[in-house]
Amino acid sequence: MSNFLWYLSFPFVRYAFIVGVLIALCSSLLGVTLVLKRFSFIGDGLSHVAFGAIAIASVLNVSNRMIVVLPVTVLCAVLLLKGGQKAKIKGDAAIAMISVASLAVGYLLLNLFSTSSNLSGDVCSTLFGSTSILTLGRSDVALCTVLSLTVVALFIFFYNKIFAVTFDETFSRAAGVNAGAYNLLIAVVIAVIIVLAMNLVGSLLISALVIFPALSAMRIYNSFLKVTICSAVLSVVCAACGMLLSIAAGTPVGATIVAADAVVFGICCLAGSARRRNA
Amino acid sequence: MAILSVNNLTIGYEDQEVLSGLNFSINEGDYLCIVGENGSGKTTLVRTLLGLIPPRDGEIVRGPGFAAGEIGYLPQQTQVQRDFPASVREIVLSGCQARNGLRPFYSKEDRTLVVKNMERMEIADFADRCYRDLSGGQQQRVLLARALCAAEKVLLLDEPVTGLDPVVTADMYELIRSLNKEGVTILMISHDIEAALRYATHILHVGEPLFFGTKDQYLGSEIGRLFAAREGRPHNE
Repeated sequence: MSNFLWYLSFPFVRYAFIVGVLIALCSSLLGVTLVLKRFSFIGDGLSHVAFGAIAIASVLNVSNRMIVVLPVTVLCAVLLLKGGQKAKIKGDAAIAMISVASLAVGYLLLNLFSTSSNLSGDVCSTLFGSTSILTLGRSDVALCTVLSLTVVALFIFFYNKIFAVTFDETFSRAAGVNAGAYNLLIAVVIAVIIVLAMNLVGSLLISALVIFPALSAMRIYNSFLKVTICSAVLSVVCAACGMLLSIAAGTPVGATIVAADAVVFGICCLAGSARRRNA
Repeated sequence: MAILSVNNLTIGYEDQEVLSGLNFSINEGDYLCIVGENGSGKTTLVRTLLGLIPPRDGEIVRGPGFAAGEIGYLPQQTQVQRDFPASVREIVLSGCQARNGLRPFYSKEDRTLVVKNMERMEIADFADRCYRDLSGGQQQRVLLARALCAAEKVLLLDEPVTGLDPVVTADMYELIRSLNKEGVTILMISHDIEAALRYATHILHVGEPLFFGTKDQYLGSEIGRLFAAREGRPHNE
């Protein structure tokens, strides 16, 4: 414990903790909606898009990568969710296509134009987020905090609408709810979350952060509100424990958090089936 | 007074016409069954009436209670809903959504209305149970209560008894009939011609040829006799 307090005396560890907890909170909120809308893989797809965008940003030598990464990812999210029903190439195929293409283009660009001496190290840390969470500056933390709090506020404000649109889009449309606008909102918010979460777990592991807490909570609870709250709590607890463990044991941050999420999912599965047997 | 009249309507999607020359009207308190074979355009018609897709030609004249957004819609269940973690109360509440505009949370009146409609549908006892744990018939009652929260006067039901066993099906039809007796106008898509002929006041037969009229007119028409006979029921009762 004293060891832990000693770690916390470093500002970068405190920053990492604040950002980690906020990101975990945001990413879990929309998880339930994405899982239920059968969009679990959108996180994965978008994170690869973000990887491609980061590659472009570093090739162009843009100082603040967010300026490139955020708009590109938001645009792709809008295209994927908006085009959902009408597109010639549907749901999962579209996601797979966009994600592998941007992954390939990103790596290609980095290889051709990279100025860095440690290319594979850069790529690895972008994909698995091994160190970036510990190298955040003050402005990064401020941006992260503002964006996360905005996401949480939007989610609370539109909670009932998001529920209605997720449960039954046709009914909502028939009742005069502008379902298209809310789908758009969901797309934009999820893109923002992905870009934020890349700092924490890297682009390969983001879907875990989005879907594991939701899936775990769905094993145990029976109402949308309880599932949402439970998944937020689980996500924050797992992120905090994961970061503590990784500091104590020197393991990669992102992988440790995701492993913690996976363990919790296993426990929730057992608890859920035990409860069903008793009921 | 007609709350809906459809004049020479052509429906379809962007580049494909599904059905043309539709003429019918609905009065307050009617019970209209829309019958026809698969692929004849029943669902397209419903989506057009709901305002989800624009008509290709002709006009839909909407009276009071039938504006797009004032119809209580009972859609067919989707795969997503079968494992949806939501309580009965949450789902019925979502029927109040349309009236709320941008207001983020439900009002006290919304909650009272929800309780009233759950009691009406006899599902108040399991208001806090999970939707996915209910039986098929109970789930339909939940969705019906939700539709009633969205609209007081007109219900549009898309195959409300699909997948229900005979006893529950009969219950469901009785429930719909009692709503109709209370003054709710019913539009129902149905595969079940027998039930359509038992409960409906009017029949709209979609397909070749088109037919619209009262139930008795339908039974007297050639298409009505043919369709009723093929669906395995003697048309003369």
